[in-house]
This record gives sequence, C-alpha cells and structure tokens, in this order.
Amino acid sequence: MPEVLKAPLVVEFPFTRSLGPVQSAFLTGLRERVVLGVRTSDGRTLVPPVEYDPVTAEEIHDLVEVAPTGTVTTWAWNHEPRRGQPLGTPFAWVLVRLDGADTALLHALDAPGPDAVRTGMRVRIRWAKERSGGITDIACFEPYEGTAEQLTGHDGRFEDMVTGIVAPARLDYVYSPGRAQSGYINALSGRRNVGERCPSCRKVYVPPRGACPTCGVATAEQVEVGPRGTVTTYCIVNIKARNLDIEVPYVYAHIALDGADLALHGRIGGIPYDEVRMGLRVEPVWTDGGGYPDHYRPTGEPDADYETYKELV
Amino acid sequence: MPPIRDIAVVAFAQTDHRRTSDELSEVEMLIPVLHDVLDRTGLKTSDIGFTCSGSTDYLAGRAFSFTMALDGVGAWPPISESHVEMDGAWALYEAWTKLLTGDADTALVYAYGKSSPGSVRDVLSRQLDPYYVAPLWPDSVALAALQAQALIDAGDTDEPALAGVAARSRSSAATNSHAQVRGSRAQGEYLVRPLRTGDCPPIGDGAAAVILAAGERARELCERPAWIRGIDHRIEAHSLGVRDLTDSPSTRLAAERAGAFERPVDTAELHAPFTSQEVVLRKALRLDDGVDVNPSGGALAANPVMAAGLIRIGEAAARIHRGESDRALAHATSGPCLQQNLVAVLEGDAR
Repeated sequence: MPEVLKAPLVVEFPFTRSLGPVQSAFLTGLRERVVLGVRTSDGRTLVPPVEYDPVTAEEIHDLVEVAPTGTVTTWAWNHEPRRGQPLGTPFAWVLVRLDGADTALLHALDAPGPDAVRTGMRVRIRWAKERSGGITDIACFEPYEGTAEQLTGHDGRFEDMVTGIVAPARLDYVYSPGRAQSGYINALSGRRNVGERCPSCRKVYVPPRGACPTCGVATAEQVEVGPRGTVTTYCIVNIKARNLDIEVPYVYAHIALDGADLALHGRIGGIPYDEVRMGLRVEPVWTDGGGYPDHYRPTGEPDADYETYKELV
Repeated sequence: MPPIRDIAVVAFAQTDHRRTSDELSEVEMLIPVLHDVLDRTGLKTSDIGFTCSGSTDYLAGRAFSFTMALDGVGAWPPISESHVEMDGAWALYEAWTKLLTGDADTALVYAYGKSSPGSVRDVLSRQLDPYYVAPLWPDSVALAALQAQALIDAGDTDEPALAGVAARSRSSAATNSHAQVRGSRAQGEYLVRPLRTGDCPPIGDGAAAVILAAGERARELCERPAWIRGIDHRIEAHSLGVRDLTDSPSTRLAAERAGAFERPVDTAELHAPFTSQEVVLRKALRLDDGVDVNPSGGALAANPVMAAGLIRIGEAAARIHRGESDRALAHATSGPCLQQNLVAVLEGDAR
C-alpha cells in the first residue's frame, strides 16, 4: 500500500460569547478585584455564580460579595502544564470554597510542590496585573495563612459592565484522509484522476472515500477516470469570495468525468460565463504545483447528448 | 411502568482498538464493524428500520464529520437516520425509544472515535463551561485527578486500591482480543497526581455497532436475545464545584429508574475510564464482590472515545448471548468526572 498522507491541521476560533446579568456582574467584579456569588432562595451562595439554581432550576440573581480567601476542597498536582493553562510552572489544580461561599471554584494554585498542598489548606486569590473581565483575571491562588480578608462592601453594581467575553480556542491535529482519499490525492499529484468502483453496483465514485454510499460496502478497485468530462449542471457566481483571486461572474459546475458515475465540481474557464451549458465537454487545466486542476475548459468537442449523463445530474 | 414492547440487543461487533489507525478514514475503520454486526443477524442494510450513530466533530477536527461515516451504512436511497454528538450509548437510547414507538422493528446503532489525530486530553476540555472553566484549559486527566483526590480524602480509596482496579481490569482484558491494553502493566508515573498512567485509559481509535430488535423479530435474529429491561440516563449540575465528586447521584437515579435494584445482577460493564471512577460507580450502583465487574477489561483496557459506552452495553449483551450472564448492568458516561450517566439492565430468557 502506498504511503498514507498526513498533514498538520489547526482548528482555531475566537468564540465570542455574551453574558447574562449574573455572569456579567461576576466577571466585571473580577476586573475590579471583587468576587461575587449568587444567593439561592434557600440561602446558599454559589461561587462561581450561575443564573439558575442547579437544584431547583429556579432563576436566581441576588448577588453577594464573598472573600478573596478560601479553603481547598480537593486538588491535583500538575507537574507538566499544558498550553493555555493558568501557570507555566508546575502547579496544583484546586477547587476552592471561598469564605462566604457554599460551592467551589476551579482554578490553579501556585505552590512549590505537591508536599505543600493539602485539602483544607487556606489560600488567597492572586490577581492578574491586567484584568479585562474574565476568569483569567484571577491569575491563580496562592497559599495564605493570614486572617480572612475584608470584604469591600460592594453591592455588585458597576459602571461599564463587561457584557461579553472572547474565548479563543485552538486544537492541533495531524489529519490523515485515510487509504482511499490518499490514493486520490497521490494520483492528482501525477495529474491523474482516480475513482473507486463499487464491487456490488459497479459504479465508479470520484473522489473515492472508500465506501459505496448506496450499497454500504467498502470499495477498493481503483479506476482511472477522465481527464475529459461533461458539465451536468452549473451555477453562475456573482459574489467575490474573500481571498479568492477570481473575477466574477464565473461558473461553478458539476462535471462528470468520463468513466465516473458521480459528478465532481470545479470552475469552468476559457469560455464566457453566459455560454456555459449542460452537456458542455470540458478538460482540466493544471497549473504548476497546483495539486489539483485549477479549472476546466471547453475541449471543442460537440456537446454530449443528454441521455448520456442524465443519471448524473 | 414496563416498556410497551420488548426490545433486545441481538448483535454486537467492535474493532480491534488501537493507538492509531491513520491508514484508515473513519468510514474505512467503521465498515468492517458494520458488516460484522449485520452478518451476525443475516440482515442487510436495507432491512434496518432505523439507524443512529454517536461520534464527535471535536475528535475529527471537522464539521459534520458523521456525514462521511454515513457512506458505510448505505444511506442511499434515503434511510431513517439520526446522530447524537455523544457516546453511542445515547444513540442506542434514541434507537430504543424509536423502537418503542413502533415506527421500526430493528435498529442499527454505531459509534466511532479516532483520538489519534489530536490530543484527546485537550479536545475534551472544549466540552467544559465556556465562561468559567474552558478558558483555564483543564484537561480530562486533571479533572479526573481532582475527583480521585476527593475520594482519597474521603477515605473511599487509596493509591494501592486504585492500582488494584487497574491490574484487575487489564488482567480481565487478557482474554479480550479487541482490547488495546492487555495483561499486566506497570502503574507508571504520575500523569496528574494522584493519577498514574495505569489509572488512566489508553488513548486509541475504534468503533462499535449494535443491532436492536423488537419482540418476535429479536427471537428470529438471535438465539438468546439480551432484553433491555430498563434504560435511563441522568445528568449532574455542570459546575464541578457544586457537586460531591465522591458520589454519583445521577448514576444511582438512572439505575433505579432502569430497575437495576429490583434484583441482583451477575455482571456489570461500567464505563469508568479512570480507576477512581470505578470506585464511585460501585458505590452508586451498590455492586458487591459477587458481581463480575468489567470482565471485558472495561475502558481501562480500551477507550475509543464516543464508542466506549456503547461497547459496555455490547459487551454485557454479548455475555447474555453466550449464556455467561442472565442479568447484566451496563453503564455509560460522558463529560468530566462522571457528569452524565446512562444505565441499562439486560436480561436473557430464563434457562
């Protein structure tokens, strides 16, 4: 079997999220070095605060200040911090019940080693130097043996509330398209189009994905198709896509390559857009180092008879 | 209330789970399993009344990745099909309800996951609360470690006991040819203390499939159907700091609603990817030493994410098919620290 292809794939997105009144107050509070919880109707204080009581599902919104000091309720020593985590040096993940709260907040604890951490230890928030209204405004927790810190007496009302957060997310993959698609891409590098024939219905699929979607069976028999083909249907694109260096209007078409039982799609060039038609015979135009046909152009042959491609429209 | 119709698991198949399968696309990995499970019943894809799958785009790094896998089930001409962005155990739950309505008599349920292309510890962090937790990037092992420490502090377990769970699981897996990690293995170094490598599931790729059938159809397709006597799933509050991490009330409630406590079970297939989670589940499910827990080796022997829960139901059913069990409990979980839990009770006909 020829080598299966692999390539890095990075999925990255800045998720923009709006905050409700409770989360907005909490994150604005962090920006101002004030920690707020929310009071349930039975008198518990939830930190971090949520908009609905996790027990009764009742809507809750009474904000109360809690202290920046608290007690570790459980912990785990992280000797190898990963990308994006609060500290770059070894640290403990901790759940901390802040003084005045009935529930615990997840964050990092800066400590010299696992022997310096225990459940029940007293800790204090270390604020980030620059704060903008996010959970990372708490840089981390640090051990604290002093007395409980005073509350600021804040009522949870701020000017200039934080109403949203941007949470960037990035995941790194090594993508492999698998056997069938690797075969297709490898063939393209030699300017050939290959499909795979279904052992059951005998149809040739291109690009091949290793399975016949009609029969639900694996395909393996490689079949060279094209290079010429027939336009089975098309559309005229009038909107210029960003980062796409093609003048509008242009034509995007379904093209049934000779020998294939499934049409693939590609751009039609070398002919005015309003002269493209169903049945037009086309051939691929390759550019140097392109990896796949840049577009398809008319071959000059007579148009294909509708009967020859009607199953592929 | 007893189910309106009797519905059984009549066939189960799975891949040999492996650390990587990069020579195969998802559908290429899945097809042999789909054919295997159909062959066990003699059904063709066109005979199946309802198809439901479980998988996640976050493992593949691609949107709508499950649509590619549909090529493997013969989705043309159009079939009755659905998908859950969860473990296949929840796809099975959806299929079970579909059969209960009477709209279908058979269902194909499949699930797959390839963890090898990415970093599954980081991938799973994207399912966390996006406001307060996900920006800190706590990985799946770290969250499980917090739960393990809570159990140790509560006196429910200790590191040697956790090592014992790991050893028993992998020794049970010695006879499971599909398992990824079999036989004795060192507990290893701490990944996130107090969890060592041996306390954590292997990272790997795999797929599984199950066929459900109702009433007489089940008897035609399987010599000893594994009847689903009850199935239920429940969820905990999403904030970890609100929960008692040493307990799993959602598992207990799901088990109660599934009828698990009405009579003892002889087998329990628990979806506990971390050794410490087996401690929590045994307590929540009131399992004593008379119950054969994870004879397959469980998720500590193979944990293809999104399929591992469905595999628990499949393994429990297969024991009933083989006559090795009469009444089995199967459990599946999803989310951090046993956030969501599904319990099914399976029985064979009296012998």
